[in-house]
This record gives sequence, structure tokens and C-alpha cells, in this order.
Amino acid sequence: MPKQPGDIDTLKLSLWRRLTDQLATWFAIGAAVLVVVPLLAIFVYLLIKGGGSVNFAFLTQTPKPPGEMGGGMANAIVGTGLILAVASVLGVPMGIGCGIYLAEYGRGRFGDLIRFTADVLNGVPSIVIGIAVYGLIVIRQKHFSAFSGGVALGIMMIPTIARATEEMLLMVPNIVREAALGLGIPKWRTTLSITLRTASAGVITGCMLAFARVAGETAPLLFTAFGNQFWNLKLNQPTAALSLQVFTYAISPYDDWHKQAWAGALILIVMIVAAVAAVRIATSRGTLKGVS
Amino acid sequence: MSASQNEGNSSEQSETTQKPAIVMPALGQTATEREQHASSTGLQRIRKSHPRSSRIPDAAFGMLILLTAISVFAIVVFVAWELFDKSRPSLHQFGLGFFYGHEWDPVNDQYGAMPFIYGTLVSSFLALLIAVPLSIGVAVYITEMCPVRLRAIISFLVELLAAIPSVIYGLWGIFVLAPLLRQYVEPVLARTLGWTGFFSGPMYGIGMLAAGIIMAIMVIPIIASITREVLTAVPQNQREAVLALGATRWEMIRMGVLRNARIGIVGGIILGLGRALGETMAVTMVIGNRPEVSKSLFAPGYTMASVLANEFTEATGDLYLSALVEIGLALFLVTLIVNALARLLVWTITGGTTGRARA
Amino acid sequence: MGVGIVVRGLNAWYGKNLALKSIDMTVAANHVTAVIGPSGCGKSTFVRCLNRMHETVPEARAEGLVKVGEMEVYGDGTDPVEIRRRIGMVFQKPNPFPTMSIYDNVAAGLRLNGFRNRKQVDELVERSLKLSALWDEVKDTLHKKSGASLSGGQQQRLCIARSLAVEPEVLLMDEPASALDPISTSKIEELIFQLKQHYTVVIVTHNMQQAARVAEFTGFFLMGSLIEYDKTEKIFTTPADKRTEDYITGRFG
Repeated sequence: MPKQPGDIDTLKLSLWRRLTDQLATWFAIGAAVLVVVPLLAIFVYLLIKGGGSVNFAFLTQTPKPPGEMGGGMANAIVGTGLILAVASVLGVPMGIGCGIYLAEYGRGRFGDLIRFTADVLNGVPSIVIGIAVYGLIVIRQKHFSAFSGGVALGIMMIPTIARATEEMLLMVPNIVREAALGLGIPKWRTTLSITLRTASAGVITGCMLAFARVAGETAPLLFTAFGNQFWNLKLNQPTAALSLQVFTYAISPYDDWHKQAWAGALILIVMIVAAVAAVRIATSRGTLKGVS
Repeated sequence: MSASQNEGNSSEQSETTQKPAIVMPALGQTATEREQHASSTGLQRIRKSHPRSSRIPDAAFGMLILLTAISVFAIVVFVAWELFDKSRPSLHQFGLGFFYGHEWDPVNDQYGAMPFIYGTLVSSFLALLIAVPLSIGVAVYITEMCPVRLRAIISFLVELLAAIPSVIYGLWGIFVLAPLLRQYVEPVLARTLGWTGFFSGPMYGIGMLAAGIIMAIMVIPIIASITREVLTAVPQNQREAVLALGATRWEMIRMGVLRNARIGIVGGIILGLGRALGETMAVTMVIGNRPEVSKSLFAPGYTMASVLANEFTEATGDLYLSALVEIGLALFLVTLIVNALARLLVWTITGGTTGRARA
Repeated sequence: MGVGIVVRGLNAWYGKNLALKSIDMTVAANHVTAVIGPSGCGKSTFVRCLNRMHETVPEARAEGLVKVGEMEVYGDGTDPVEIRRRIGMVFQKPNPFPTMSIYDNVAAGLRLNGFRNRKQVDELVERSLKLSALWDEVKDTLHKKSGASLSGGQQQRLCIARSLAVEPEVLLMDEPASALDPISTSKIEELIFQLKQHYTVVIVTHNMQQAARVAEFTGFFLMGSLIEYDKTEKIFTTPADKRTEDYITGRFG
């Protein structure tokens, strides 16, 4: 076909196209840098400002009255542990149970509904959960408590654990279940000892991710655990928590408390990272590396 | 392989109890069809052939599991009910006017939530404005441009952003971001773009701008990770098709990748919006907490979540408390709708399974 | 009008693995040349080197002289983007753009190259679809149906139209009919026969009967080397190399 005038015949790529290609590349690189910078900045500040204030006193003492120097967040560290323990006792079994349901029993419409509900629960703002638990427990008991804080956080753990459990269980090939059933092992035993066991590495990782997520939560504790200046190991009393303490100190007018807020934040991050790392190490030596 | 062995075993077991349901698989079935058929009837026969004694624990276990599933549903219903119930006085008193009332006056028991709705919408919108281009940019960089060795590191760093608790973002916001804004960024913005009205007034550092920026940082990992997933899901032959027409790399990304992943990306953005709407601590710490409606981004504001965080434990009187709970109810409903919409969009692309990273 | 291709000393690597060993070949203008050989012999790699698609795979590279008409494909300062506009490619699995209409699919390459004039684009789209024997089947639903809603054979002809719209001089086809049913295959083969009037066609095929049907010249590849290259008739009746003879008589591959 003879070439017509005005046909594409240029060997030189238009300047505009070259320019947009270059600009797009720079933009993407720039975006990557801009996204990573705050992350590094936060960690650096945590280390510098927090590291300077973390000392033995900080880790072992309770807060001093406002205005007085010194004191620490020991009670908050322990309080966080207490609240998280309650949360795990509630959240882990419920989450795993729900995950088992979704994977092993609920492949139909009702299962879809539950799955959707779990996603809805996942998206509910944490402060709203705090309000709801306040209504259920705190108002009835007429006091704040570590228990109610644990319940709020536990509820937040459920969707994450359920989805992770479901996914991991679905990855276990059917043949494994059939082999067990064929040996005469009842279904309940198969699910727990065989299927769940096989998926355990991934399930544990899921639990840990949920744990790490709620460990840093502050909002739901504002009106449940409420915080406490003193030691408290009782479940039915208001309890200090690291995240709450960091918040209170950060918005206070005292310089010393600001420093302690950084220290508390550092401890919090270290706890979270340590927990996740510990689980990663533990599960990478486990039976099914590939699954998680 | 093992499915057919299974079949062999179980037919031996059940020889005395019943005739096997099938003798030979129908000819002309594919291998997978045969295996599926065999395994389903095999399982059925195994179950039937079990002694009754294990059926009760099985049923009990099934019940227990079902109970946990139902409890999840019950929890959501309970949360919704609690919110509705405790906000009744306010609903009754103010009706729909609650949502466009301008006055938030606890002293005189007058409650209008408009300043908070405004604050929530503006801060979230600003956050998305900043986060969306950056998230898509990062995702494109990781999937299309990044040298393979860097890929894992950068994506890990982006996911790490999601792991930092909100209160720590707030801490950093108060002591690092806000002073930075006040001393360097806001003066420049005021000089160059002050005429628009968005960058005027006293510069505190703390305010809507700070809140928007912090929220953007928190929302980026969500949008970026979903975008990455849908970009990776675009088949390689689409990219090749565009390249073969004589396209630059950016043109290939635009036409062959982003275009195909459009719907999923929108889903990711909506999910990010859902997160932004409910974000509490970091915003509370940097937004200034003044219930004002102001055009300037330098001005302090107040979001729905922040007023809950600040005033809930101080609330005296039933009406005050129920007004706050009503705000909580509104927040609940809005995030519910937004998240449902987002999940719908993302599920249609990725086919129902979502990555754990997003949890 | 099509142009001839001259290849001298073409080497191609995947990482450290040398996949093409010093290929020398001259492809005649306005003719169909087939490239045959067993799996893994490098025929696809060879063809992908002609339009520099080979290097889009990470760790892949190629070196050597490839001249398409007057253009040195691997010359200093040659932009792969321009090469690929001039040398079109049709892939094994049809890959129309699913989010675009039939019209937009064909116009995609035109729009990339800055064609804005609606009337011009309309004309060029119609011409390309007629060239690829798809026009009559889709002319009423150009804007309504998406590229992916067509049948397999139609999709492949759409991809051919898409490639032709930007007026390449050479059309490379990597097993274009292997994913299609026999009727679509024969339609494609008919099409190739028509196309050679305007374009130089290089077609990779594992189907020797197909090579015999459509191509005037055939090159036999084995383990990265070009073993024999001659008129198709000669290759299939009196091959000069024993390995060629073994392949075409079905002794391996």
C-alpha cells in the first residue's frame, strides 16, 4: 500500500513522549523516596529522643506526680502485658474458631455472610469499639478495668486472626484431610490435630500480626482501661498501658513527660518488633516453612 | 493418586455394610473430574462407615465452631445496637438537625456535629490527595521500575509504615512535623499560595494541614499494597502488547498496566479512605481540637473521632454523652458503607482472597 | 512496502545462558519466512531479537548486526521504542486490551504516536481491520464491544489489525495460530498470504505443514544455531543437512 502524506514516518520519537517517560520515572522514584523518608525519620527520632530517656529508673518506677521530675512507666509496661493477655485469651480462640468455620464448614452463603461480617468488624474504627465496650462492661460495672480494655482489644484481634486462619487452612491440600479421615480419625480431631497443625505456622503468624496491631492501640483503651498512675495487677481496676501513657505525656505541658513519652514510644515499638521477630524465628524452624 | 487409593481402602471397609456408590468412574471424565468425584463420595462413605461414638464429639465440635462464627456476627450487631441505644436521647432531641448544627456547646447542652463532620471530611480528603499519587507512584516503582534486588526491601519498608501505632505517629507529629510546618513549610505556602485562601491565618504548625499529612502517611501503606497486588495481577502479555506497538515505558505502564488495574486501585483508595475516616489518635494530637469550620488549612480543626477521644470521659450529663455516642454511631455507619464498597471492588478483581498484609 | 532484514552474528543471552549462537540470516522483503525447530531451539528468541523485545526480560541481552531496511536495530543511539513501531509483533496467545473497545484497540498504537484527528484515525482503523479480514465481522460493533469479547480467532485478527495500524515494515508472528482452532488457523494463514504483498513477514511455527503452506523461505533452528536456511520447497524435499532431515521427518521434536 503506497504511503500517504502525513503517515507515521518519523524515526525520531517526539520530544513530548520522551519527556513524559522521564518525568514519570522521576515521579515514581520520588514517590518511593518520599514514602520511605518519614518511616526512617520516625525510627531515627525514636532512637535518639527515646533512647536518651530510657534508663533503669524508667523501666522500674511508676509515674511521679505532674511537675516532679523522674519516675517511669513500669506500671504501664506491665499493664500493657496484662491487657494484651486478656485480649489474647478472648481474641485468639474466637478468631481461630471463626477461621476454622470459614475454611472447613462455611463454604456457602452463611459463610460468606460471616466473612463479610468479619471484614466489617475489621473496618470499625477502634474508638467506636471502645465506646461499645464502655456501654457493655464499664457502665454496668461502674468502673474502668483492665478486663474491659482486654475485651475491646480482643474484639479487634478477631477479624485478623480469622482471615489468616481461614487462608492458611485453605492452603492445606484436601488430600491431607482425607488421609486422616481415611484412617478413621473423626472430623473434629482431624481439623484440630491434622489440618490446623499443618497450617500452624501461618496461623501463629496471623495471631502475632493481630497482636502487634492491637498492642499499639490507644483509642479503645481511653474509656475502658482508662489508665492508672499506680501499680495494678487486678483485672477489674483501671490499668495503665504504654500507649495510653505515651498519649497522656505527649499532650501534657511538661518537658520531662515529653521525654518520657519518647521513651515509652521506643519501648512500645521494641516490644512489637520483638514479638513479631520472635514469632518469625520460631515458625521458620517449624514444620511448614513454605506455608507462612 | 491417593484419592483412588482411598477409594480402594474404603470400598474394602464398606464391602460388608453397603454397595459402593460407584463402581467405575464414567469414561470421558477428565482426570480432575474423576478425582473430585471420587474424593467426594469417598468422604461420604467414610463418614457413613464411622461408628456412632465419634459422631457426638464431631457434632459438638461443629456446634462450638459455629458458635464462634455466630459470635462474630453477634459482636457486630451488639456494637451497632449499643451505639444506637446509647445515642437515643440525642437522636430524639436533635433529630437530623444534629448533622448540620454548627454549635457544639456542652455548657448549654446544644449539640451540632457539623464542625466535626467538616473536619473529618477535609482531613480525609487532604490525606487522600497526598496519599493517592504517592501510593500509586510507589507501587508502580516497586512493580515496574525497581531493580529486582531492591524490591523486597522497599516493599518491606512500606509495609513497616503500617505497623507503627497511631499514637507514635501523633508523638512524631507534635514534636517533629508541626514545628517543621510552622517554621519552614507554612510560611512558604502562605507567601506563594496565600491568595487562594487555603493557606492564610496564624501559623501554629498544629492544624488541618498537619493532620492531613500525618493521615496521608498512615494511609499510604494500605493503598500501596493493594495497588501493588492488582498491578502484579496484570498478565505480562498485556505489557508486551503495548511495548510491541512502539511505546515508551511510561506509556506501557499507563496503557497496559494501570488501565487494566483501574478498578482494583479505586478499591484500594476507598479502603484507605475508610481507614482515614476512623483514624483517631494521631489526628487528635495534631489537629488542634477546635470545633471551627475554616477554609484555611493552617487553622485548627476537630474530627468526629477526635471529639470522642477528647470529651468522652469528661462528658457530664446524659445528653452530652448521647450526643457523643451519636457521633460514634455516624462514624460506625459511614465506615461500614465505605469499607463494604471497597471490599466489593477489590474482591471482584482479586477473586475473593486478600493478602494477610492488609490485615 | 516491506523491507528486507539482514542478520549477521546475532548472539543472545538469558543471564549467563547463551541462547542464540552467531546467527546469520537474510530475510527477503515482501516474502513470508518461517522459522521452525523443536522446543527450546531459540526460534522465539530469534524473532524477539529482531524487534528488541528480547531485552525486556530481566537479565536478557543481545548483540550483533540486525539491519531492517536501512535501520540498524542494535546500532548506537537507536531507540528500541522506534524499532518496535517499525517492526510489529503478534503473539502466541491473543492479547487484546480488555478495557478498550475494538476501535480503541486498533487505534491504540495510533494514539500513542500522536494521531488526534478523528477522521484520520477512523480511516486508518477501517483500513487495518480490512487488511486483517476482520472489518466485515465487527464494523457494526466497533465502539460497543470490548476487545476481549470476541472469539479467539477474531481476537488474534484484532491483534494483527492493531499491529498493522501503525504501519510497520515488518510483521513478526510468534506461533500466531497455535492457540486457535483449525478454522481460525486457516483464516490466519490465508491472511498471512495476503499480507506479504505489503509487509515482510517472519513467522515462528512448530507446525511444519503450516510452514510449508504459507512460507516461501524457511529457517531451521536447533539448540540456538541456524542449521539450514533456504526456500521452503528445498528444506522440505531435499534438505542439505541431516539434522534438518531428521526434524522434518519427525525423528525428534
